[in-house]
Amino acid sequence: MSPEELNAHIQSLEPAAVVVMGKQFPEVMVPEDQLRYLARELKENPSTAFDYLICLTGADFDDHMKVIYHLESTVHRNILVLKTRTLSRINPVLPTVSDIWRTAEFHEREVFDLLGIRFKGHPDMRRLFLSDEWGFPLRKDYVDEVRIVDR
Amino acid sequence: MQEAEPDRIETQEYLVNMGPQHPSTHGVLRLLLKLEGEIVHHVDPHIGYIHSGIEKMCESLTYPQIPYLTDRMDYLSAHMNEEVVCLCIENALGVEVPDRVKYIRTIFSELQRLASHQLWWCVMGMDLGALTTFFYGLRDREKILDIFEETCGARLTLHYSIPGGLMFDIHPNFQKRVHDFLNYFRKKLPEYDQLLTGNVIFQERTRGIGIFPKEAVINYGVTGPSGRASGFSCDVRKHLPYSAYPFVSFQEALDDRGDTLARYQVRIKEMWESMSIIEQLIDNIPEGDVQVKMKGVVKLPEGEYFQRVESARGDFGVFIISDGKKSPYRLKFRSPGFSNLSALHAMSKGWKIADLVAIMSSLDLVIPDIDR
Amino acid sequence: MAFSIYDFSTLTQSIHDGLSSRLSPTGTLAMEWAIVGIVILLFVAVFGLFLVYAERKVCAFFQQRLGPMRVGPWGLVQTIADFIKLLMKELIQPARADKFLYNLAPFIVIIVTFLAISVIPFAKGLQAFDFDIGVFFVTSITAVGVIGILLAGWSSNNKYSLIGAMRSGAQIISYELSVGLSLITIVIMAGTLQLSGIVEAQRAGWFIYRGHIPAIIAFFVFVIAGTAETNRGPFDLAEAESELTAGFHTEYSGIKFAFFFLAEYVNLFIVSAMATTVFLGGWMALHVGNLEGFNHVMDLLPPVFWFFIKVFFVIFLIMWFKWTFPRLRIDQILTLEWKFLLPINLFNIILMTVIVLLGWHF
Repeated sequence: MSPEELNAHIQSLEPAAVVVMGKQFPEVMVPEDQLRYLARELKENPSTAFDYLICLTGADFDDHMKVIYHLESTVHRNILVLKTRTLSRINPVLPTVSDIWRTAEFHEREVFDLLGIRFKGHPDMRRLFLSDEWGFPLRKDYVDEVRIVDR
Repeated sequence: MQEAEPDRIETQEYLVNMGPQHPSTHGVLRLLLKLEGEIVHHVDPHIGYIHSGIEKMCESLTYPQIPYLTDRMDYLSAHMNEEVVCLCIENALGVEVPDRVKYIRTIFSELQRLASHQLWWCVMGMDLGALTTFFYGLRDREKILDIFEETCGARLTLHYSIPGGLMFDIHPNFQKRVHDFLNYFRKKLPEYDQLLTGNVIFQERTRGIGIFPKEAVINYGVTGPSGRASGFSCDVRKHLPYSAYPFVSFQEALDDRGDTLARYQVRIKEMWESMSIIEQLIDNIPEGDVQVKMKGVVKLPEGEYFQRVESARGDFGVFIISDGKKSPYRLKFRSPGFSNLSALHAMSKGWKIADLVAIMSSLDLVIPDIDR
Repeated sequence: MAFSIYDFSTLTQSIHDGLSSRLSPTGTLAMEWAIVGIVILLFVAVFGLFLVYAERKVCAFFQQRLGPMRVGPWGLVQTIADFIKLLMKELIQPARADKFLYNLAPFIVIIVTFLAISVIPFAKGLQAFDFDIGVFFVTSITAVGVIGILLAGWSSNNKYSLIGAMRSGAQIISYELSVGLSLITIVIMAGTLQLSGIVEAQRAGWFIYRGHIPAIIAFFVFVIAGTAETNRGPFDLAEAESELTAGFHTEYSGIKFAFFFLAEYVNLFIVSAMATTVFLGGWMALHVGNLEGFNHVMDLLPPVFWFFIKVFFVIFLIMWFKWTFPRLRIDQILTLEWKFLLPINLFNIILMTVIVLLGWHF
């Protein structure tokens, strides 16, 4: 499937999704309430078949948080970047994709641990690396006067 | 006459902490096992004992400083970790490194892969109770580390690749010593098969143990030799060739059995392939510079960059979000061990403790790679 | 006093005579017991330490290393240094351990090895107790050792120890059968359970040669089962370092750990000594048919040396197993015993009986 066809396909699936072409990989920005629907379609439709979630990244921006899903199709061998953003930065919540790609189970726990994004419907939403009382270190307003020295 | 119902003997599940200090968790991985007798019912990995916050640290480091930290993650494939960051930065800046750099990087990656697989082989044998393998593997690994030491002064954390090329040129002896090593190891690798692979106890312990089908492997994102043993063609060197991989021909070691023995044999096959890759490159290293002139302060243009390489454990990726400053806004490492570990529960459920050890060993986990 | 290294019975007889001329019969007996006890104690300590050293050297040989080299010439004093270290170590006891059983377990294990060693005929006349039922005594007394291991695992209040102990229990009780039955095969041929009698019966030729096919089968079964009995690799499931950290002795330290450690090596000696006594002619020299000259040269070497040469051969064989093979899994180990070794053994006994009845042996 060429990038143009992919673009049209995603637009037909979900009109609210914004497809950006011309970057390193095709990028799709999708609202959080449509994330699960689009993710499932992308994985299960044989014409796209994005069955391998390479990487799941969370990032803190000034007024929202973004979660970036790098998908690869093991059938068609193309890569797609799926992005979604949270509505709130203080108490961010997103739907889980761990039932679509099982590998997301660990990755979402990691994002929760380091950024505090809660994934709705995740079977085991515990912290992964840090202890429960720790802050969320990858947030930009995280301060740790003992361990991080500002230069 | 009615027989009295004998009192049912209730068996009870019990919890065992395997680790963080346990001989076969290879570091500080802690598994919370739910057992019934010897049978594993649930594996809950608890990680983070050596979480060092490398991603957070990278946000305050300049780009050329980052490869120094990545060495410390998967210390057994240190060069691949450096390479991925360098490639990502070079691609973002549009820098094309000379062919000489590409060749040397690829040779180093493959030597590193050999060294990593040798250590894995040692430890796999040891986990299964064959302690002698440890010394055979380390004996040969030492030869590779000596080659590394001669060229870049370090044995484990190499710091050889920098954004824009290599730190130094290779040592004049490098090619000769690599040749010597290849001649030596070609004779020694069959010894590995004689000692362990052909052993009937080893085969009994690994064949059909921890079978993981292809769909599950893709679903769990298990990559590297562990993924390829289930038939998931996931070799980044093949699908997204980088450095000098487009110039060489090699076979992707694939297997479709998906059990522990397959994971073992895929790695043995990979060792042969790595030797053949090095052999194709070592005599053809082009002349030229080993560095591209870079600006004093490296600043990546605003945007997002993703780069993957095939480390010894699988698909290793780095994802950089840049805001145009001299250090990344957000940097994420996609480490293969992390995803491989997430499949451990699904792989080892219903098997015995001894099998859990074998399965874990065949996944080749390196804990700093998981914890980052 | 005529003392010959070729025949110890004169020495033991003269000690007995000397004691009984000075003491009452009861006092003589008590004195002899004390001497035997001290000799066995010394032997176990020295030989155990030496076996640890030998194991490290053999293992180094297989692993292309040198082994201990620093303490003393060729590292000979290394194990003594290690033993002193173990003696000086703090004895740590888990807080919730069953204190009595926890302390009792290492003693059961070590006492059993003393008892078993007391019936081994080292040379002519060099045997502490010569029971009529020596073979039976050894098999039954070594079976008691498993109680020590089970107690150690249970009383440590550690799940790894308990798993190790349960594995060990299942394993030793199963392999007890094969050890016993493979010895019975030879007993059928020897016609006696007395160990000195079995050795004497091999004056005409070792049983492994005289009993040919069934004896060779029984020998291999005995070595395999004996390795399993001593919890050594590839049957070291009770310890299973990579699975259970240290199995039943995880919680033991210092001298109590040393007892388990020493017992393991002395058990290795007992298995090898039994294999030597029953299959390889005990302290008998190697004789080949009618080659008088050769046989005479062989006779120059004292029997006690012959005994130890053969014992070390078997010990080396068992060490070779350990440093080459991976470990079996618990279900595989039980399958090996119940589905393979036991039927082979039972068939082998019938074969041996037929051969003995028809006189088809040498």
